[in-house]
Amino acid sequence: MSSAVEQPPIQINLAWCKGCGICYTLCPTKVLGADELGKVTLTQPKKCTKCKICENHCPDFAISVSGGKKS
Amino acid sequence: MFAEIEQYFRTNRLPHIWCPGCSNGIIVKSIVEAIQKAGLDQDKTVIVSGIGCSSRATGYLNFDTLHTTHGRAIAFATGVKVANPELNVFVITGDGDCTSIGGNHFIHAARRNIDLNVILFNNNIYGMTGGQYSPMSPTGAKGTTAPYGNIERPFDICNLAIGAGATYVARGNSFHTHQLTDIIHAGIANKGFSFVEALAACPIYYGRKNKQGSAADMLKWQKDHCLSKEAADRLPLEKKEGKILTGVLHNVSAPEYTEQYDKIISRFKEANSNA
Ligand SMILES: Cc1ncc(C[n+]2csc(CCOP(=O)(O)OP(=O)(O)O)c2C)c(N)n1
Ligand code: SF4
Ligand code: SF4
Ligand code: SF4
Repeated sequence: MSSAVEQPPIQINLAWCKGCGICYTLCPTKVLGADELGKVTLTQPKKCTKCKICENHCPDFAISVSGGKKS
Repeated sequence: MFAEIEQYFRTNRLPHIWCPGCSNGIIVKSIVEAIQKAGLDQDKTVIVSGIGCSSRATGYLNFDTLHTTHGRAIAFATGVKVANPELNVFVITGDGDCTSIGGNHFIHAARRNIDLNVILFNNNIYGMTGGQYSPMSPTGAKGTTAPYGNIERPFDICNLAIGAGATYVARGNSFHTHQLTDIIHAGIANKGFSFVEALAACPIYYGRKNKQGSAADMLKWQKDHCLSKEAADRLPLEKKEGKILTGVLHNVSAPEYTEQYDKIISRFKEANSNA
């Protein structure tokens, strides 16, 4: 894998996501969206500010954001 | 990063059974982060719960755990602590579990100032049994047993804890997660009865019955209606009206129960060796 390509900082564990909507409703920059089941999708990963609001408020431990502020 | 706290979870038991958007998972994460921050030995930390949705947390936590009977978590935890005072003992309990059927255990553990860390998940309702009102349901709130609105007044459980003798009392919520972790962490440092009320969101029973909107709306409500005590101390009266105070509300020192008990044991040991 080329190190020049920046990996999105957000890891999603779809198996644990229950589609509650908290992360994509609270994300301030609309990085996250929903699929037809309401489960989280990455729509604009480049806009992520690594604020970790999604990680901190996902009740199902399904989102991790690497880098940024220590959560 | 979940990877940083993964060791504290029984990941083979996940995903948990809680409903989509239930804030119990958020609060559990704060408890675990506080334990990690305090550097507690995982093998010397015991987590005890009663019965209720929130009390299911012990099933997912990778410590020695006790999932006990409804209302009795504090009684079991007292037994664990007295048997081995070296252990760090946590109690996870719901508003029904702690303040209704378990109310007596709660006030007496506070009075004894036994070194437990009790975290009350206050979702204002009996979640597990389908939405009956609890002693923490606000006046006017609807429940399956209060279809026309609750006519009772709720406990101010933090004031009750203070009145009963708890030496550390704090309130947090599931939106302000850093604050919640910090107040649980500060409670761990207190040698005595530490109580944290964590405002929780049950979007399924409390939320639907009381038209609170989505899970995200319920978290936003907490954000807008909670005010930290530190900030409130600097604000004029009209700005704090209707706000719920969060942060450390009470922190004093008093003799701790198991230490007092140990003193008695030592006294008898000494008397016997002198005889
Ligand atoms: C002795 C006894 N009485 C009643 C019950 C039924 N019961 C199970 S959970 C519960 C209340 C749950 O409410 P709460 O403690 O607020 O927890 P939540 O489910 O809201 O997290 C009740 C009454 C029981 N299991 N045992
Ligand atoms: S907050 Fe978590 S469970 Fe809810 S939609 Fe987002 S990833 Fe899924
Ligand atoms: S870290 Fe912040 S900006 Fe990035 S996806 Fe999560 S909520 Fe959105
Ligand atoms: S009923 Fe309420 S408290 Fe229980 S798991 Fe569902 S949302 Fe959570």
